[in-house]
Amino acid sequence: MKDAGRALLVVIVLVAIAAPWLAPNPPDRQFNDFFYAPPTAVHVFEGGLQAPYFYPLRIVSRLERRFEEVRDRPIRIEWFGRGHLLGVDPSESAPLLLLGADSYGRDIFSRLLFGARASLGLAALATLAAMIFGAAIGGIAGYAGGAIDELLSRLSDFVLVLPATYVVLALRAVMPLVLPARTVFVLLAGIFALVGWPVVARGVRGIIASEREREYIAAGRAAGASPMRLLAKHLMPAAHGYLATQATLLLPAFILAEATLSYVGLGFPDTVPTWGTMLHDASNVAMLGEAPWMLAPAAAIFLVVLAVNLLVQGSGRSPVQLEP
Amino acid sequence: MIRFLARRLIFALLLVVTVSSGALFLTRLAPGDVTSNLGAFARPEEVARMRARFDLDRSAAAQWGGWALRAIRFDFGDSFLYNRPVGGLIQRAAGNTAVLAVAALSLATLLGIPLGIISGSRRGFAPALIRGASLVCLSIPPLLTSLLLVFVASRTGWLPAGGMTSVSAVDAGWPSWVLDVARHLPLPAVALALPIAATFERLQAQSMTETIHQPFVIAALARGVTWDRAVIGHAWRASLRSMCAIYGLAIGALLSGSFVVEYVTAWPGLGRLMFEALRARDIYLVAGCAAMGGVFLAIGSVTADLLLFAADPRVREGQTT
Repeated sequence: MKDAGRALLVVIVLVAIAAPWLAPNPPDRQFNDFFYAPPTAVHVFEGGLQAPYFYPLRIVSRLERRFEEVRDRPIRIEWFGRGHLLGVDPSESAPLLLLGADSYGRDIFSRLLFGARASLGLAALATLAAMIFGAAIGGIAGYAGGAIDELLSRLSDFVLVLPATYVVLALRAVMPLVLPARTVFVLLAGIFALVGWPVVARGVRGIIASEREREYIAAGRAAGASPMRLLAKHLMPAAHGYLATQATLLLPAFILAEATLSYVGLGFPDTVPTWGTMLHDASNVAMLGEAPWMLAPAAAIFLVVLAVNLLVQGSGRSPVQLEP
Repeated sequence: MIRFLARRLIFALLLVVTVSSGALFLTRLAPGDVTSNLGAFARPEEVARMRARFDLDRSAAAQWGGWALRAIRFDFGDSFLYNRPVGGLIQRAAGNTAVLAVAALSLATLLGIPLGIISGSRRGFAPALIRGASLVCLSIPPLLTSLLLVFVASRTGWLPAGGMTSVSAVDAGWPSWVLDVARHLPLPAVALALPIAATFERLQAQSMTETIHQPFVIAALARGVTWDRAVIGHAWRASLRSMCAIYGLAIGALLSGSFVVEYVTAWPGLGRLMFEALRARDIYLVAGCAAMGGVFLAIGSVTADLLLFAADPRVREGQTT
């Protein structure tokens, strides 16, 4: 179970890294006449096994968004051509849309791959920031004890009580609503870290506080090690296992937070492919019933969370993370 | 116990005050204010009147002071968006959220706890199935469940895909109104309940497996108490302690989740109201929503404490706090 989770996570990360090579189409290329086009059916079998090909789609009714396959002109799928894993000749009449197209006629599969970079990258950055921040504060609180400990613990307890979604929402909503993508990336990472650190800090504080009573710390102190050195070099390794678990739990939480924010229109601008902005595109209920492939990013998020749950459950630790 | 409760109540009060004041200051400090809703062509005197109405012409501290003084008398100011006192708006939205949250929590409890007892105390195919199902449900957060259910509803038409009432049912008297709400409720409630039910199941199963190997359960079995009775009457009662602590946390998860579910399924609750208010910089509405959210949190944590008192005699007798 643990191995399955880890393998799944590794595959997802590799896919995100290799997105420009794996994606058959540019993520922001709009194919006119392919709004809400269904996934392309790839054929490999016709009177014996063949190289994969598909029939181009042609729009029949713009109003009903009905498409039909043009049966007489199959298009060959090219492997390893033009610097991509697979693709079609750009001069062909129809693009390869493995997961269909969205409301602007953009390739959902390609956007999903590129979206993985933004969503995972943001979550990873935010997790890193939350870990560093939380470990530092928890370490200081646990090592110093006394009034400093009391103050820092109360602070983190207070942040923990608040429902994270609302804090993130409120902090984002009071910023200017329209911002460039790069700014949004940094801003969201900062906000997520601000909400995420107390979880880390509380656990680290407990570990450090019990660990500092051990003999090796007394020995280190007697040898003249400074508190900073003791904390960073000798005490922090004790919290490594805890930090690793917390990182795996925070990562999907932040992916989801980005998705939620972008879904309600407070995340990235619509042009940037992330899993959240793609879900935002699926928020049109009337269209959702007819174009279920718009939910592809939801499946991607599910896979990440599932991988993490498998990993954490397999290690015998309980996911007490209730939100989000 | 009285002292303990008093301390919790003071904490709750502090929570409500801090959260609502924080929301007020945050909205005040944010770029843009409520007058930007008037549009670019609003006359200067109109803008000035609006600023005066929402105390934006005074300093932030003075505004907070005036707001706090009025809030003590349950006057929470006016909303710009709805042009009405905030109190009534909050009351209705909070009621809707409470209906949703209570329905979801009951559903999660009814599903999660019994399944957790089964999968924690038995071996075989059924517990493995439960474990697998809850692992899947754990991995579908409310954003995904609600989207998925809305999709299913819009595809099949079994249930209304969004909203809390149909247009036709509003004027048809309250019995049909209640029926109509009851038809709209299952979708958001299930969407909200599934992940929480899965969490309950996992935690209940874990604490069940732990307690079932405790000496007192083995002793009960040795006395000839049947397996089922030992599980329910002895082991489960002892495992309740850790479950009660989870209920306190579940309130936060419910509130967080309910925002998403309310947004996706168009349920007119507190989360949606707060979102609208935040976007429009409707300062008193934001503060009011935050205060109400704080009240919910406080109710949740105090209820969890009371449950703990009821469930665990060790806490009642003050051995541990």
